[in-house]
Order: sequence, then C-alpha cells, then structure tokens
Amino acid sequence: MATARGGEVTIRDLSKSFTLGGRQLAVLRSLSLDVRSGECLVIVGASGSGKTTLLRVLAGLERADGGAVAIDGREIEGVGEERAVIFQESRLLPWLTVLGNVAFGLEVRGVPKPEAEKRASFYIALVGLAEFSDAYPRQLSGGMAQRVGIARALTVQPEILLLDEPLGALDAMTKISMQEELARIWNEEDVTMVLVTHDLEEAIYLADRVLILPKEKGKAARLIDVDLPRPRDRSETRFVRYREELLREFGLH
Amino acid sequence: MMMQHIERAVGIGGRNGGNGFGTEAVRLAGRASARILSRYGVLLGFLALWQVAAASGWVNTAVLPPIDTIAVALWKGLAGGSLLGDIAISLQRAGLAFAAAVIVAIPLGLVMGQVRAVETALDPILQLFRQTSALALYPVFILLLGLGEASKVFVIFWATLFPLLLNTISGVKEVDPKLLEMARVYGARRLTIFRRVVLPGAVPSIFVGLRLGATTALLLLIASEMIGANKGIGFQVMNAQYNFQIPLMFAAIVILAALGLIANQALVGLQRRLCRWSNSVG
Repeated sequence: MATARGGEVTIRDLSKSFTLGGRQLAVLRSLSLDVRSGECLVIVGASGSGKTTLLRVLAGLERADGGAVAIDGREIEGVGEERAVIFQESRLLPWLTVLGNVAFGLEVRGVPKPEAEKRASFYIALVGLAEFSDAYPRQLSGGMAQRVGIARALTVQPEILLLDEPLGALDAMTKISMQEELARIWNEEDVTMVLVTHDLEEAIYLADRVLILPKEKGKAARLIDVDLPRPRDRSETRFVRYREELLREFGLH
Repeated sequence: MMMQHIERAVGIGGRNGGNGFGTEAVRLAGRASARILSRYGVLLGFLALWQVAAASGWVNTAVLPPIDTIAVALWKGLAGGSLLGDIAISLQRAGLAFAAAVIVAIPLGLVMGQVRAVETALDPILQLFRQTSALALYPVFILLLGLGEASKVFVIFWATLFPLLLNTISGVKEVDPKLLEMARVYGARRLTIFRRVVLPGAVPSIFVGLRLGATTALLLLIASEMIGANKGIGFQVMNAQYNFQIPLMFAAIVILAALGLIANQALVGLQRRLCRWSNSVG
C-alpha cells in the first residue's frame, strides 16, 4: 500500500503523564515508533495503557511532555490538515443534515459550499448512505451515524486517519459489518490508518501491524506483524493463532 | 386503545358492504373529536362549570359573572374600540421593553458564556440584581425616570433581561465540548467554532429564555400599569374593579391571557422553523 503520497509518522521518545489527585501518573514512557505510509497500524492495550492518549497526541489534541512526533519529516504542532480523527462517538452536529455534517470539515477549511457538498456526496455514497443525505443525526442509528463521521473524515482527504475506538459503542453485528467497511475503505482510499481498539479480533482483522501497549511500568511496547491475506477470514487457523498470541500478551491465555 | 376499537368496528362495517365514504367520514370525525376532547376536555369542563355556577346562582354573579356576560363586555370593548387603545399602549410598552432586553441580553449572554473573565467579573452583580425583585425596584425607577412611560418600559426591560441572559449563558456553556473538539480537529478557528457550533447549539436554550422573557414582560406590564397609569390593559383591570364593572375587568383579563398565549405560540412557531433538527420543541 505504500505510495508517494506521504502519511508517514515518526514518533521519538514520546512521554506523557497526567497529574491525578496530586500524583504524577505516567501513561506513555519514551515510546518510539514509525508508522509507514499507507499502512494500517492498530494500537491495543488494557485501559490505562495510554492508547487513547497516544492517539490524541498524534491528533494534536494533547501536547506530549517529552519527545517528538513528525509527519513526513515535519514536527507537528497541534492539529493539522493532513490528519483527520474519528472518535468513538460520531460527534455529528445535530442541526446539520448528513450532507451538511459531511461537508462541514471542508467548509471550515474554506472550501466553498457547493464544492464541499459535491465532494461530501461522493463520500456519503461511499459509506452507503446516499439515500440519507437529507436526514438529521437524530434519525440515524448508531452505526449509520458513525458512517457519517467516517465520511466526514474521508471528505477532507487526509493522509492519516486517526480512529479512537470508532466501533466501541456499536452492537456486535453492526461492529462486524463496520469492520468490513473500514477494511474496504482503507483498501480503496490511499490513507494511513492508526486505530485504537480494545477488541483483539478487530485488531487482527484490520491491522498490518498491531502495537501492544503494556500497562506495567518498565515493560516495553511490542509490535506484531499480521501477515495474513486480505480480505481476512476470522475463522481461519492462522487468524485464530494471532488471536491467541495477542491474548497471551495480556496474560489471558 | 379507543382509536383501535373504532377502527376495528369500522373495518367490520366495511367488510359487510357498508358505505365506504360514510364510514371513512365517521372514522375521521371520531378521530378528530377524540383528539379535541383529550386535549381541551378539562378546559371546556372548567368553562362549563363556571357558566353553570354563575347562571344558576351558586356563586355571586356580581363577582363571578357568567361567561356570556364577559363575552359581551369583551365584544363591546373591542368592537366599540374602547379597549383597543389600551391594547395598543400595552403592546407598545411590553414590546419595546422585550425588544430592548433581547438586544442587550443575547449578545451579552453570548459573550459571557464564551469568555470566562467577563462572566467571572459580571456574575456577582448579576446574581445580586437577579435576586432583587424588579417590583421592589420599581419605586426606585419611578424616582429616577418619573412616573411616565420610561419607568414602566424600564421595569419590564429589567425583569425580562434576566431570564434571557441566564438562558443564553447556559445555552452557550452547555454546548457539548466534544463537538467543539471535533470542530477544532478540522482546523476551525475560534470565530468559526462560535458561528457554526456554539451559536446553533445555544439556540434551543435561547428560546427557553425568550419564552420565559415574554411571560415575565407581560407580568411586569400589568404590575407597572396598576401603578400610576391611566391607560393600558393592566390599568383597565384595576380601573374596572374600582368602578365595579366586573364583566369589563374579566374582559381585560381575557385579553391578557390571549396576549400571553399568542406571544408563546409565535415563539414556538419561530423555534420550530429554526430548530427543525430537534424534535424537542414543546
């Protein structure tokens, strides 16, 4: 999937801690990592392992205490146009239609409304919601709302798509179909994906590489290559074996 | 449940070769009357009780005249034009004060909700003013502005200001921070975030303020017109009572109630237009 388009992330000695009840709580300890252009990197870890914090630092929503993050060689300062974020909640503006919401990202970046809506319509169709262009968020199911959020992020054509447990709030059935949807979109769009999840099966289904963030102090983060052909089959022996390997990492198997 | 029974009964009628058009009409009429009854039944019962109590002499008709007598007094006042001047002056006082309150409170509330320093600085004095009854301050306003129009409009403005201001502030502050963050991720600057996220998000709460403000404006209108006025609906209520023209007094009260209902309906209608996205407009 590597292309000349960019979307390469370099993380060096990244550390971040929070003050909680007067105590310093280190969530990231000098983490170094390269995310390749066009790959799908999935971050897993127990709660408190700092996976969401890492994603928020990459998004530019949190500042690291130490270390640096560079995208295509340029160190980031805050949010940037080459990145888009998909959150666990769809975060749609309730007063805008599906079309208005998807066009929103382009419009705030100064694209004229007709042009923004034209490009939005393309991505609304891509996530299969063409018939719902004029619907308001309250009329949508959770899965549909999340699709709208995904379309909004794709519409700004980011080099890097950051996803923070995007399917975490969905029911099991919707979740599986949305995982297939994300795999398809990643395949069609020329984009680097960094996705945070606590669902190991989701990680193996989507990832080129899985980053496991340890919860215990002193333990190093681990990277696992998922060397499986796509589209992936969840019941295949090798798929199951990866799953067991990940479970072992968490001391669950 | 009741509607289901009616529909089922009509369905059987239709199968038995009944007149399709007739049953349809009966069904629609039944539906409409059931809806009217469930909504206005208690109100109609209240009016009927009043009428019967007055007409049959259970209550002193000098104090509680029958509804038809009040209706006649209302008609005479409106058709004869004697109440129209009062309505006009009252609308002018309340309208001016309400408009001024909107012009001051909404922009101020938007700023206070957005800029922490402004809110911190203004909150204590705002709380003090808010907890001081506007009616208690009316004599002060009269001293400062005289007994004419200015003090009346000002006391209405004063009381209307607070519900509008407080609801605008809370509307701005209660906009979901996750939406603000989303806009920030797309690179929206502060002014864009305000225009595209904060303002539309605060509109429902601003409307709560507008509706409370309208109610307050009418309340203070009457109070101010009962002191030192010689025209206006509030004056008429008081004056008719002094002169023992009880039907006229009730006619003036009916006009007041109607003004309140119309103002509220107008605001609800406007809110429906502006907030089509929300189904919580009540």
